[in-house]
Amino acid sequence: MKIIVCIKQVPNTTEIKIDPVTNTLKRDGVPSIINPDDKAALEVALQLKENCGAHVDVVTMGPQQAEVALREALAMGADNAYLLTDRAFAGSDTLATSTIIASAIKKLGADVVLCGRQAIDGDTAQVGPQIAEHLDIPQVTYASQVDYVDGALVVKRQFEDRYQTLRVATPCLVTVLSSAYKPRYMNVADIVAQDQKQVEAITFNDVVVNPEDIGLKGSPTKVKSTATKQFDKQIATYELGAEEAAKLIVDTLKQKHLI
Amino acid sequence: MAEFKNKLFEQMVKDFAETEVKPLAQEIDEQERFPMETVQKMAKLGMFGIIVPTQYGGAGGNYPMYINAVEELSKHCATTGVVLSAHTSLCVAPILEYGTEEQKAKYLPKLSSGEKIGAFALTEPNAGTDAGNQQTVAVECDDHYVLNGSKIFITNAGYASVYIVIAVTGKLPKGVEMTAFIVDSEMPGFSVGKKEKKMGIRGSSTCELVFENVVVPKANVLGKRGDGFKIAMKTLDGGRIGIAAQALGIAEGALDATIQYVKSRKQFGKPLSAFQNTQFVLADLATKIAAAKGLVGVATNAKQNKLPTLSVNAAQAKLFAAETAMEVTTKCVQLHGGYGYTREYPVERMMRDAKITEIYEGTSEVQRMVISGALLRK
Repeated sequence: MKIIVCIKQVPNTTEIKIDPVTNTLKRDGVPSIINPDDKAALEVALQLKENCGAHVDVVTMGPQQAEVALREALAMGADNAYLLTDRAFAGSDTLATSTIIASAIKKLGADVVLCGRQAIDGDTAQVGPQIAEHLDIPQVTYASQVDYVDGALVVKRQFEDRYQTLRVATPCLVTVLSSAYKPRYMNVADIVAQDQKQVEAITFNDVVVNPEDIGLKGSPTKVKSTATKQFDKQIATYELGAEEAAKLIVDTLKQKHLI
Repeated sequence: MAEFKNKLFEQMVKDFAETEVKPLAQEIDEQERFPMETVQKMAKLGMFGIIVPTQYGGAGGNYPMYINAVEELSKHCATTGVVLSAHTSLCVAPILEYGTEEQKAKYLPKLSSGEKIGAFALTEPNAGTDAGNQQTVAVECDDHYVLNGSKIFITNAGYASVYIVIAVTGKLPKGVEMTAFIVDSEMPGFSVGKKEKKMGIRGSSTCELVFENVVVPKANVLGKRGDGFKIAMKTLDGGRIGIAAQALGIAEGALDATIQYVKSRKQFGKPLSAFQNTQFVLADLATKIAAAKGLVGVATNAKQNKLPTLSVNAAQAKLFAAETAMEVTTKCVQLHGGYGYTREYPVERMMRDAKITEIYEGTSEVQRMVISGALLRK
C-alpha cells in the first residue's frame, strides 16, 4: 500500500503576532511547524505502515523553507519527501493549490491520500476535499480513527454530537483530526538518517497542469481584507447577596447560551 | 548540502522535555523517585545511544546533539539531565573510546537501546578530589581479576547494569597503578549499598557500590592495565561538558520561570518586571547564561573534533556554567520573594539542583586546578 500524506508548514499560532498597521500575520521570526492536523495524518500513515506495511511519502507545496517540515516528517519515519515548489505556483488559493498537489499525486501514484482536516493559518478545510475531486476518488473527512481491514480502510468520522464509521475502498482520500492522534516524536536515528535522504523537488515542468489553473491566475479567491477579531470586555459591578448574585450569574450565562 | 539533524534534534528534545519531563519534575523531586517512565520513553526514541555509531546499535549522532539533550532536559528537570549525562559521558563514551571491538559489540547495543543503563565508579570514601588515593583493589588471578572494596556517590547506581569501575592493580614508585574495568551488575559479589539522601537532583539515584570478591574476566579490562587513572581523567573531561550543559539548562529554566513570574506578580500597583531592579538583574543573568552557553559550545566542539584544548575547555565550561547556575537560581529565588522559597514554584528546586553542579565530576576548585595547571605548564 502506498500512502501519500499532504502536509503544510504553518506559523506556530501559539506564538503568533499581528502587525497592528497592516493587520496581517507577522511571519518574521515566528517559528514554523507542521500543521497539527497534517501531523496527525502523518501519524495515521506511520501507524498503518507499522501495522500492515505501507510506503509513506510526504508532499508539501511551498517555498524552499518548507523543506524543514518535510525533513521533520522523514525523521518521524516517512520514506520519501517531495517539495512542490515553483514560481508558477506562487499566489495559489486553495483551488489552485489542490490542482497542483493532485497533479503531483497523479504522477507519484497513491492508494491512500491522507490530509489534515484544515490548516491553523487558513482554516478553510478545502484543500483535502478538492484534491479528492481532482483525482476523482472517494473522500472521507474528519477522521478520528483509520484502520486497514481486509483490503479497505475503516474510518471513524467525528461529528460534534456523533460518530459515523464507514468502509471505503482504495484509492481514497481521508482528512484527519489532530485531536484523535498524538503524533510521535522524531526518532534520534531517523533524525540523523534524514540528512542522507534527498527531498525531491517537483516543479511546474514535472506535473501536468494548465498554467491558467494555477498561481494567481488560477485562483478565484480574492482576499479583500483581513481583520483581527476584537473582543470587548464589558465589566459590570454589582453589589448583591450570595443568592441574588448566583441567580444573576446563572441568568447571564443562560442568556448568552453558555449553559 | 545543508544538514538538518541538529536543528531537528533540538526541536524534538525541546518538545519532549516540555511535554514529558516538565510535568514530572516536581513529583520526582518530592518523592525522591527515579524517573523510570521518562527513561523508558527516552530509550524508545534512541536518546541513550545518541553518540553511538549505527554499527553498534546507536543513532549515529554527534556530541552537540547529546549535549543539547542534557541542556534541554535540565531546563525542566536536572535529575533527568544527569541520568542521561552519567550514562553517556561516563559509561558509553569510555567504552566507545577505549573499548575493544568485542567490548563495543557486547555492551554498546544494549546501552544504546536503553535496555541497560550505564554508570561510572571512581569516588571512594577517602578518594574524592584526591582521586589517586584509591583503595578498591583488583588482584590478577589466571584469566580474571578479583575486585574488592567500595565506591560512593555513584550516579545511576541500582538502575545501571554496566559500571566503569576504577581499581588499584599494583604499586608504582609514586602512588598506585590503576585499571579501569567494565563490571556487570549481575556479577556475583557486586551489590548496591546505601542510598544517599540529597539536597537536590533528588530523583537521581546516588548510592554506594560494594565489591566482595567480584570475579571480573580479563576481557572486561577497559584499555590497558595501568591506564585506569588516565581513562578516568579523560572520561571526566567529557563528563564535565555534560554537567556544564546540565548547569546551563538549570540556569535557563530558572530564568524562564522567573521572567514569567515577574510579569504576573504585582507589588505597589505594577508588575515586578516594571521595576528597574528586576530588569537589571534579569539582564545580568541572561548575559551570564549566554556566556556559559558559549563556553559549553566551545567545549562541545573540542570534544566533537578531538581538540587538544578539550581538558581546559571542559573545565572552563563546567566552572563557569555551574557558578552561573548557582548565581542565577539564587537570584531567581530572590526575585520570587517568599513564594520562591516555597516548593510551589520550580526555582526552589532549581536552586537546590544547581548546587551539585559545583561539586560533582570535579568541584569548582578542581576545575580551577585544571585550568591554572594548563596555564602554568606552558
